Amino acid sequence: MVENVGSSPSSGEREHLEHLLKQVAAKRDRECFAALFDYFAPRIKSFMMRKGVSAELAEDLVQETMVAVWTKAALYSAEKGTVSTWIFTIARNRRIDRARRESSAHFTDIDDFDAASDDPASDERLNRAQEDGYVARALAQIPAEQREILILSYVEDVPQSEIAARLKMPLGTVKSRMRLAYKRLKKLLEKVN
Amino acid sequence: MTINHHLDDATILAYAAGTLDPAISIVVASHIAWCPECRAEVRRAERLGGELVDGLDGELVSENCRERTFASLGTAALHRLPVKTAHPGREELPYPLQRLLGPRGLEALNWKKKVPGISIADIPVSGGKSVLKVMSLAPGIAMPVHGHRGEEITMILKGAYSDEMGRFARGDVADLDEDVEHKPVVEQGETCICLIAEEAPARFKSIFARLLQPYFGI
Ligand SMILES: [Zn+2]
Repeated sequence: MVENVGSSPSSGEREHLEHLLKQVAAKRDRECFAALFDYFAPRIKSFMMRKGVSAELAEDLVQETMVAVWTKAALYSAEKGTVSTWIFTIARNRRIDRARRESSAHFTDIDDFDAASDDPASDERLNRAQEDGYVARALAQIPAEQREILILSYVEDVPQSEIAARLKMPLGTVKSRMRLAYKRLKKLLEKVN
Repeated sequence: MTINHHLDDATILAYAAGTLDPAISIVVASHIAWCPECRAEVRRAERLGGELVDGLDGELVSENCRERTFASLGTAALHRLPVKTAHPGREELPYPLQRLLGPRGLEALNWKKKVPGISIADIPVSGGKSVLKVMSLAPGIAMPVHGHRGEEITMILKGAYSDEMGRFARGDVADLDEDVEHKPVVEQGETCICLIAEEAPARFKSIFARLLQPYFGI
């Protein structure tokens, strides 16, 4: 059982994760699935718990996400992003759909209507940048107050209006900080390419 | 269809992070169903999510959770490839909205005529603080000046209108900041149908109340 992971994987590790997922898709390989489980399950649980979900529900969502990884493995394509990005979107969709269980509005994932990426060339570039950990480094380079808002939004799942209330600033300021953070990130990524 | 007005980066980020209200998500998903540019942006923003997840410290997962997961693999149905729309952008309604409304589409809704030339139908969406509706505006109609208090996003499904910010036609979104005031005028020749998500209206705060204020003097 894996615990206390945390640092971003190296590009070799990312390739390995991709290899594992391809084995699951092609051969229904349970050992490769087990290796994916050991890498992602603790992270997904942590991701869910950071959003205020109980440990018990977090494990239910881990199970749902990992079973979806098993059933959807053949739908993954590297041009859409890294394995981590793909699994992040599955975990995100599961959590939203769980929260909206009684609702008719299921979360529409791009993959629902977009089988492949529209701009493979630039996607490929960004993908490579991510593989090499540039995104992580770029994240470390943006101002703390911008990073804080990105993390509140992605990891802790706080809506923009609530971030505004929490940080005691107008919604417009939160939005403009998000825009600035995103612009800086994109610029940093262009530079390394 | 040429799209000229896109989603704000802050909206793209919130959509990718999964923090938008259901009603607002539907408008966003409807736009990205027709807009390759914003679709590519969402993918970029999702990568950020993947990177953040990679960087998390893991929580110990119980043996029970592991066993349950492996036990359900045998019975889990494999997912089939998604159905690709034959002509994205040429169907009457964007896929996420069509899926929500069902085969009868906009006809399934309970349309109410508010004033001559303006009809509105609510689309029930549970959860969240925002409401979703469609508005049908007769050709040539001019709306009174109004502001947008709180979160609000509009997508044009059919026809076009123009205001201080330019011309908004099929596929475009008006993803405006709260403090913007505008005075849209619908183009001649075609009814304009808009999909609108807005924060649940407080008293007199809804776009409709605001629009109707000059008519009723409230
Ligand atoms: Zn767009």
